[in-house]
Parts: sequence; structure tokens; C-alpha cells
Amino acid sequence: MAVKKATRDAYGETLVELGQVNPDIVVLDADLSASTKTANFAKAFPQRFVQIGIAEQDLIGTAAGLAAAGKIPFASTFAVFAAGRAYDQIRNSVAYGKLNVKIAATHAGVTVGEDGGSHQMLEDIALMRALPGMTVIVPADAVETKLAVKAAAEHKGPVYLRMGRGAWPVIFDEDHKFEIGKAVQLRDGDAATVIACGIMVGEALKAAEMLEAEGVKVRVLDMATIKPIDAEAVVKAARETGAIVTAEEHNIIGGLGGAVAEIVVENCPVPMERVGVKDVFGQSGKPDELQKFYGLTAEGIVGAVKRVVERKAKG
Amino acid sequence: MASADEQVVKALAKQARVLRRRVIEMLGEAGSGHPGGSLSAADIITVLYWHEMKIDPKRPDWPERDRFVLSKGHAAPILYAALAEKGYFPLEDLMTLRKLGSHLQGHPDSNKTPGVEVPTGSLGQGLSIANGMALAAKMDGRSYRVYALLGDGEIEEGMIWEAAMTAAHYKLDNLVAIIDNNNLQIDGDVREVIGVNHIADRFRSFGWYAVEIDGHDIGQIIAALRLARGIKEKPTVIVAHTVKGKGVSFMENQVGWHGTAPSKEQAEAALLELAAGEE
Ligand SMILES: Cc1ncc(C[n+]2csc(CCOP(=O)(O)OP(=O)(O)O)c2C)c(N)n1
Ligand SMILES: [Mg+2]
Repeated sequence: MAVKKATRDAYGETLVELGQVNPDIVVLDADLSASTKTANFAKAFPQRFVQIGIAEQDLIGTAAGLAAAGKIPFASTFAVFAAGRAYDQIRNSVAYGKLNVKIAATHAGVTVGEDGGSHQMLEDIALMRALPGMTVIVPADAVETKLAVKAAAEHKGPVYLRMGRGAWPVIFDEDHKFEIGKAVQLRDGDAATVIACGIMVGEALKAAEMLEAEGVKVRVLDMATIKPIDAEAVVKAARETGAIVTAEEHNIIGGLGGAVAEIVVENCPVPMERVGVKDVFGQSGKPDELQKFYGLTAEGIVGAVKRVVERKAKG
Repeated sequence: MASADEQVVKALAKQARVLRRRVIEMLGEAGSGHPGGSLSAADIITVLYWHEMKIDPKRPDWPERDRFVLSKGHAAPILYAALAEKGYFPLEDLMTLRKLGSHLQGHPDSNKTPGVEVPTGSLGQGLSIANGMALAAKMDGRSYRVYALLGDGEIEEGMIWEAAMTAAHYKLDNLVAIIDNNNLQIDGDVREVIGVNHIADRFRSFGWYAVEIDGHDIGQIIAALRLARGIKEKPTVIVAHTVKGKGVSFMENQVGWHGTAPSKEQAEAALLELAAGEE
């Protein structure tokens, strides 16, 4: 059984590491520092931590000002409040200004669990990736999160980093390589390609094993960067495997599935299925119950692969 | 008042008239834009750029420069006029305002215009940005000051009061907010639209130092900014009582001149009136 670790825990630890080597790193939070794990940084570097209170618009605006003055601000709150409440601030101050703000949002998706639909952000990828110049990253596990946080700090320009609440199996070894805009191929096969992000990468790997047991070999891509997306890897997958399934803990509208579909239809149309939340809001429940309820599971991906392979066979 | 001071005030008043003329010329040429709130802010902007702020137009990125945030971004013409007159870019650029390909966008764009610090135009966001800059100065031990100009209608935005709380909490005494209290927004008088009044008291109750002045009295603007430098441990707000459209009689206090450009004839009449002010 793999070690489990929350992406937000990796985020909190990495911020402290970054704070030690880069004096320009500053961190802001909106009364959720214990949950987003920015409290680690606040403890280590109180002079470079800005508690804003429950004021997400001001959170993003202040981060914009810090960035304009040369700082590298990481602004954190739950995804629903970051991308939702402060959308106009992200659009008009951060993205339009091309400011070097890192929006590190935690508690995305239905696996927030019991807090229910009001807290389960399922539209943030769509909102953020529609913004010119915004980099959108959804790491698959704690190891990739650590690398993504470091890459975000190095990158010049706005970044939206999407993390979850729960502890999930660690997929990658410590020597994993992460590069913004580059997909990572985790398995190869020719029946279809599963392109996943976030917690769905682990599910995709399980699905690949289940399928292999039935003699169906699939390629699995970890598409942690949703913008700029690795179009080359998508087109290659479409050409070489002839069928694509996307998997994300997000609305099937506008997220990873949308981004992949845009590339596939324009470059190499092949049968496609999108695994994700089917344009509904979430609800209260245990994370694993919700995962099953919305089909965000290896079984859900297996079903989608079978459908897509059948469509491919029909030609 | 000493005569040297009188001369300073006179020169600044003259400069403000130049900026007002530029605003009319620009808007007349552009055929759209916001004269009312540009003219009400002319004297404040003049004192900031010609008397108060430590800036170097040749080095818009100089780290020690004072920062100005035009939170009421629709008043871009008055900012552009000041930046051009200061030499951030050629004066003739002003005639390209709002035209395709111009670096002078309808609302300020820091990626296009030298001297513009941050983009604004979506009202309510500038004070938070100014806070961030003031916080950065404190963290870095730099002595620059940050100025934000807000509309009196703009302060209806909730985010302004989030920022007001933050600025007071972090004791941002290197920050000055100036409210262009011209009493008008788009749909009418700010007091009638949603009861904007007691602005200074509202800020005081948030922990700010507040002072009220006549926003067209150059001496009072200078004095209030000087006073703000002496206020420690608190941000300062200057509530500047102004007249929307100030300087062009047919625009003064007229809500209709918020976002309408003058026609050729109206622009000529306005320029004549502003020139007559020179005596
Ligand atoms: C968030 C936002 N809402 C609405 C507008 C449209 N708008 C532009 S100017 C304005 C009125 C501003 O009034 P005030 O702040 O008093 O400015 P001034 O009188 O100085 O021109 C409005 C509502 C906007 N720019 N931003
Ligand atoms: Mg007004």
C-alpha cells in the first residue's frame, strides 16, 4: 500500500523550503492558513506572511501589489473562494497586469467531502484557463506538488495551482521530473490514451492495470499542466492510440477534458470520452463515497475506455 | 504664506490648467472617454506629480520611486496627460488615446504605458494593490510612499473596505488614499444612489487618519500630503472635496459629463474657457 499524503501538506512544506532560499517569497492567506498549510510559512517567516482575514478580493489585490513591487506572492485560500470570489481581481489585476502572483488554491473538487457543494469547486480550471497568460497546474500527488510549487516560484507570470484536501497515494518517486507544460507518460499502450490530472492520475493507473488484466493496454498521461497544455503529447496520443479518455475532478465542461478536446478536434479527431463531474454541483458525503457517486474512479475510467475503444473499432 | 510658496502654488495651478487642456484635447480627438472625473482630479494629480512624489520619468522602474495607483481607472486621461507632460512618453501620443494599437488604452494598462504602475478600470481594486506595494516597501526597508486615488462612487465597492481594514491593521503609514469626493457617480449623486457620506468618519472608524480638504486648493493639497508624511502607525486618507468637470463651466457638476466626450465645438469652447483662466 502506497504512502498517502495530501498535496496541501506538500505545498506547506515546500513554501518553507522556498522561503529559506528566496527572500522575495511572501505568502498571503485569508483565515484558512491552518487548512491551506500556509501556517507553516507563517511560523517560519512571520515578517513575510500577510494574514488578510476573510477577504479574498483583498487577498488577491494585495498579492497583485506585492508582485508589482517585485515580490513573489503565494496567495492561498480554498479553490472556491480563490477562483470564484476573487475572479475579477484575478482577471483584471493579476492576469491583465501579467503580475507574478501565484494563486495556490486548496480544497478543490468533490473530495472536500462533508462540507458539501458550496465548498466543492468544480469550475476553477475552466475559469482560470480562459485567462490569457495564466498557467494552470493540477499536480497528481504530493511529490509532484512540491516540484510544481518550486516551478511556479521560478516561472515569471501568474500561476493557478490547484490542490485537494485529502491524503492520496503518492505516485511518484522523489526523483520525478516536473516541467511546466510537459505531460508525463506513465504507461504505454495502443488501445487508447487516458489523460488525467490531480487525483485522477492515480485512478487512471489503477484503471490501466484493470484493463491490462483484460488484455487492453492503454497509455496513461499525467497532464499536470492544463495551461499551457502539452498539445504535442495530446496529438501524439490521438495519432498513435486512436482514442482518448480524459479524467479530472472537475466539471466535464471547460476543464482538462475541454482543453484536450479542443486540440483533438482541430488536429486529429478521434473518439473521446470525458470522465468528470457531469455538469452538476457536488454534495455532502465522505470523499470516497462522493468519488464513487460521481464516477471519479478507476471503474469509471475503465467504462469510458471500453466505450471509446468500441467507437474506435466501429471507425 | 511666504511668497516662494505662493509662486509654487501659482506654477502648480498653471500646470493643472495645462493638464485640463490636454484632457479636453485628448477626449475631443478620441470621441469617447471620461472628462468629469478627469477634471475633478486635475489639481490632485498635478500636486502629486509636480510637487509630492519622488519619481524619475527616465527610469519608470526605479525601485525607490514613489508609486501612484489610479484606482478610479476611468480617469486615465488626466493620468496620461500628467505622464506625457512629465516626459514618460511623447506628448503627441496623447492624440492616440483609445485608438487601435495605441499604448494609451481606455483604462490604464501597465504593460503598455510607461509610468502606469498597475492596470485599473474595474473599480475597487486599487487600494488593495496600493496596500501590497506599501507592505513590500516595509518588508524591504524601502522609503518609497504609495498614493492611491479613489472615486467617491468607487468606495461603494466592498473590497475598498477590506483594503481599508488591511491598511490600518498593518499600520501602513507609507500609504495615502485620496478620495476624489466630487459627489457624482454615473447614476447620480453618491448620497442619493446609495448614501455615501461621512467618508472621513468611515475611514477613521477603520483606524485611518483622515483629513478633509478642498481638492482644488493647491495649498491645501500640498499641506495635507505634508501632514500625511508626519502621521505614523496609520494610513492617511485625504477626502478631497471636488467638483466633477472642474474648470469647464458647462461640465461642472453635470452627471452627464461622466463618460461623454466633448464634440469638436464643445472641445473648442472648453479650451477657450481654460485658456481664459490663464488671463
Ligand atoms: C467594478 C466596476 N463596476 C462598474 C464600473 C463602471 N463605472 C465606471 S466609472 C463608474 C462611476 C464611478 O464613480 P466615481 O467613483 O465617483 O468616479 P468619478 O466621479 O471620480 O468619475 C462606474 C460605475 C467599473 N468601471 N467597475
Ligand atoms: Mg464621483
